[in-house]
Amino acid sequence: MKKEQYLNLYYQMVLIRRLEERGAELYQVGKIGGFMHLYIGQEAVSTGLIAAREPRDRVITAYRDHGVALNCGISANEVMAELLGKATGMSKGKGGSMHMADTSRNMWGGHAIVGGHLPIASGFAIGDQYAGNDNITICMFGDGATNIGYFHEALNISKIWNLRVLWVCENNQYGMGTAVDRASAVTEIRQKAEGYGMKNGQVDGMDVTKVYEAAMEAMKFVRESSQPYLLEIDTYRFRGHSMGDPERYRKAEEVKKWQENDPIGIFNRYLLEKKLATRKALDEIEARVEEEVAKAVEFAEASPEPAMEELFTDIYAD
Amino acid sequence: MAKITMREAISQALMEEMDRDPAVFIMGEEVGVWGGTYAVTKGFYDKYGAMRVKDTPIAENAIIGGAIGAAMVGQRPIAELMTINFGFSAMDYIVNQAPKLHYMFGGQFTLPLVIRAVGGGGRQLGATHSQTPDAIFAHFPGLKVVSPGTPEDAKGLLKSAIRSNDPILFIEHATMYQVRGEVPEGEYTIPIGKSKIQRTGKDVTIVTYCKGLELSMKAAEELSKEGIEVEVVDLRTLRPLDMEPVLESFKKTNRAVVVEEGWKSYGVGSEIVSRIYEEAFDYVDAPIIRVAQKEVPLPYNRALEQAALPQVADITAAVKEVLK
Ligand SMILES: Cc1ncc(C[n+]2csc(CCOP(=O)(O)OP(=O)(O)O)c2C)c(N)n1
Ligand SMILES: [Mg+2]
Repeated sequence: MKKEQYLNLYYQMVLIRRLEERGAELYQVGKIGGFMHLYIGQEAVSTGLIAAREPRDRVITAYRDHGVALNCGISANEVMAELLGKATGMSKGKGGSMHMADTSRNMWGGHAIVGGHLPIASGFAIGDQYAGNDNITICMFGDGATNIGYFHEALNISKIWNLRVLWVCENNQYGMGTAVDRASAVTEIRQKAEGYGMKNGQVDGMDVTKVYEAAMEAMKFVRESSQPYLLEIDTYRFRGHSMGDPERYRKAEEVKKWQENDPIGIFNRYLLEKKLATRKALDEIEARVEEEVAKAVEFAEASPEPAMEELFTDIYAD
Repeated sequence: MAKITMREAISQALMEEMDRDPAVFIMGEEVGVWGGTYAVTKGFYDKYGAMRVKDTPIAENAIIGGAIGAAMVGQRPIAELMTINFGFSAMDYIVNQAPKLHYMFGGQFTLPLVIRAVGGGGRQLGATHSQTPDAIFAHFPGLKVVSPGTPEDAKGLLKSAIRSNDPILFIEHATMYQVRGEVPEGEYTIPIGKSKIQRTGKDVTIVTYCKGLELSMKAAEELSKEGIEVEVVDLRTLRPLDMEPVLESFKKTNRAVVVEEGWKSYGVGSEIVSRIYEEAFDYVDAPIIRVAQKEVPLPYNRALEQAALPQVADITAAVKEVLK
């Protein structure tokens, strides 16, 4: 990676963090509604992963999707506008927090039915295989999603049909309030790929450089061999499952322990130690992000509500 | 009579039945340690333990299929769907297995199964998380579908459902857990499959249930100030459907409005209107109007979502229309 690339990854991680912090405030005062799942703590996962993709590779994820959206190049303005349900959001305010998508940037959505998007990801790869290209579909999902049938059906079909899917399990240790060992027969999620004869790996998701390297390697394998691969990325969400989670299922000390491994802090130190960035350069990024997020909020608040007629648009294409 | 919330009423029903019958247990996502996503089973895990309050993986087929199996061998499981929308992930079990097994095997075993499911829109949860698909489930003979609109009914009907030997889908509304209402002191049950007149009036009959009841009662109050007295019939159970109170009321008022939160096409209202025309055609003085959700997937944006959902004003307007 070049120096600028490192700085760009840092910028993206800080952008996710700050945008979501502002989002949480706006949620508290009722400007954002519905379910909102924060990515705070997991920023290194999608940032490292998506940095390794070619623009032609497709990304699809679950409802914890603000970070993925930003990593895919959707602007802070658009993300914020969609959060506020405004006409200027990518989905014209009809999708909200859980349904961020911009297919022009190969971000095929946040999807809110747990595991439901996995067979669809297989379908992207079926379509690309049929078209004869070597695009990869990067499908992200949680640890909890690996216990539902969708996961198993999708993995199996991707293997027997030699589909170019990179299955990415973000193991943040919990599905809502249920710890992995209370819900999954194996706690090392990557083992589930073994049952399908699928190549797999595991990486520390708090370190963006490690995620990036593992993702590069996995994508190379998928593209060249035309085989699926399952990458387990271990991480932790610092906030509740969604806004308003009473968090009775975990101890404050546990959260604190993980927070000591803040992915942004780790990367910040790494950049300074390796002399890839000066403190001043990092401060400048922080300042730039603050401004960008402030502008995004301004943009979103000033944006119009979708027109009432929008209620009846896009139901059918024909 | 004590005034309690819908949440408390449902919680009490579950607890009383668990205390009464050791065969009753709960399984579902986040019902235990979390205390239920809508806090209905708060405290249950500590009181009854992991064997009777089972936190499941996110695996709707394993939840509903598993509950069916446990019921077939004599237990009385209460399976919880965090929301009814996730029931679509287990549709085969809910509509293609549970309603058929007793019949298809000639009644050799029973299926004392309750599926509790949270439905409804209005919380800006977007198209896949906001549905009121009650009519779909009510389409299937062999399944009973109950959906109460008051705490009293919720408690009494849920207790009956747990004691019943048939598979029952019990639909609660996500925005109604704080609704308060009078509940009789002490033990009581309410029979499944009985509609109820919740408000008497002479001018127009409103037929409704669940969220529609809340809206219709408000509409009735407003209309009363204008001198229009509506009678509100609460179906409470969608299948088996009890038309008696509906027809009785209609024969008195000769005018009706049907209110439901789900989509109008092929909905509960379609059934009610057909039945009135079939069974009381001679009493019809005006075309019956259905108030229902606009025919769109529900959007996230608050104003759009509210515009798609039936409102009190839609009901009052419909009542005035049938009175013209
Ligand atoms: C089929 C289905 N069942 C249940 C839910 C409710 N639900 C939403 S998120 C979630 C937990 C998912 O956990 P995980 O896959 O680990 O993802 P994380 O939230 O940790 O990112 C549950 C149970 C749902 N959306 N879809
Ligand atoms: Mg998780």
